Amino acid sequence: MSRIAGSSTEVAIRDFRNRFVPLISTIFGIALGLLPFVATIPLVPDLGFLALLTWRLLRPEIWTANMALGLGLLNDLVSGNPLGQSMLLWTATFLALDLIDSRLGFRDYWMDWLIAAGAIIFHTVGAWYIALLMGSDILISVIVPQILVGIFAYPVAARIILTLDRWRLAR
Amino acid sequence: MAPPKKRRPGYSRKAQYGLFLGYVVAVAGMVVAVLLLALSVIDPRGYQAVKGAALDVTAPVSEGGRSIVRFFTDIGDTVSDYFRAGSQNEQLRAELATAQQELVRAQAAEAENRRLLALLGLAREAQDEVTVARIVGSSFESPRRLATLSAGSSAGVALGQPVRAPEGLIGRVIETGRWASRVLLVTDGSSSVPVRLVRDGTPALAVGRGDGTIELRTLEVGQNPFRGGDVLVTSGIGGIFPPNIPVARVVRLEGDTAIARPIANPARADFAIVQRAWQPAANAALDAAQPQPIAPPVTGPPPPAAQGTTTPAQRQNDPRYQPALQSGNAAPPVATTPPQGQQPQGQQPGTPR
Repeated sequence: MSRIAGSSTEVAIRDFRNRFVPLISTIFGIALGLLPFVATIPLVPDLGFLALLTWRLLRPEIWTANMALGLGLLNDLVSGNPLGQSMLLWTATFLALDLIDSRLGFRDYWMDWLIAAGAIIFHTVGAWYIALLMGSDILISVIVPQILVGIFAYPVAARIILTLDRWRLAR
Repeated sequence: MAPPKKRRPGYSRKAQYGLFLGYVVAVAGMVVAVLLLALSVIDPRGYQAVKGAALDVTAPVSEGGRSIVRFFTDIGDTVSDYFRAGSQNEQLRAELATAQQELVRAQAAEAENRRLLALLGLAREAQDEVTVARIVGSSFESPRRLATLSAGSSAGVALGQPVRAPEGLIGRVIETGRWASRVLLVTDGSSSVPVRLVRDGTPALAVGRGDGTIELRTLEVGQNPFRGGDVLVTSGIGGIFPPNIPVARVVRLEGDTAIARPIANPARADFAIVQRAWQPAANAALDAAQPQPIAPPVTGPPPPAAQGTTTPAQRQNDPRYQPALQSGNAAPPVATTPPQGQQPQGQQPGTPR
């Protein structure tokens, strides 16, 4: 690919890619919840949340906290959660990450993973608690595998998002 | 590390206001989300229209992918069948021998059953199914156990209707869209199904545990009526679920309860049958009955019935019939409420309770 955009169309395409790849990839992650797959045990982490979290940790500057609100609403509608669940949990995560970022001078990969682990635990336990409020009385030990899979899925998600980010910013 | 003194993103007023507005929107949105959640807890059917519409939009995506997933599953099955052909052949032959004996027994039982039903003048009730649909997806990312069904209110699916596979019960409908609906599986933590043990009819409650198993709770204390391998079917108590649908098979015992696995696996079931919510036959008779004329208010004891002219049945149909007053005049009327101002009954000496 040429490093210099040859025409105004090409400029527009690159601009679009630059702006919307994070959003589209997160929406794709949310839509993965529609996979025709019937699970008996909660094992798969929330892929939309994982994509959102990875983008947020990699590129803190692209989204403000209110972005999580709209994407959370979309996730609630797509995956059949009670309305407001992802809106609340995702936005709370973003605000907490803003606080952490204002206190940390810098983050490296391992700290990103640690923060992501905390966010995944918060998100999964929050979803469990909301399910409990909705009358689904299950043991908290049931969601432990889901938390572990989520934490170990973060590096994979980080690789994928990093590849996307390189492609997004490529010249 | 302490937060920096200056949090402003540069000197642009626009950027500063934009950031501030972002936080305002985020916090306000969280408050709205909490309110939405609170409303969902109070009234789980509150957002029926919104969620149903979302379901209609998303279900076709799942439905399209379903055939792809099935294709790959089938390839896996075919390959493993090929490798297991020898041992499977032997095993199937043994199973066939047993099955043939069972078949003869079952045919005899069915013939007898038909004869008895004819004797009683009962016709076998037609299965009142609403529709047959595919299970196209599930909420595999959340702690809830919900499945998506490819039929909605346009096919007659309504809230609360039981859903079953040919093998056994799957769950019941909790959300409907126009062309898709969502099913609460029996393994979900908020699902409880009244069941009975096939072996001896012991009633129990099958409550989902969220991890693919079901907990069976009985009213009996001290002894566990279940054994490994026991099969439970719906009892029909409380309506909704028609009786005699297989629900679960006991896997192991835990104290007073038993852990069971559902017999129908929604991941494997090709089709799900949506049935009408079951009403006990008694209710139907009640609905069909003519409304009784309201009896005039009782002003005094009923006149003593003339002996020999009325049968007990006729007397019991009389709305003014009171057996306690009919049986002799020796017993004085019992004061049922203690006079005001007395001590509570439990402390009165010599009061039989």
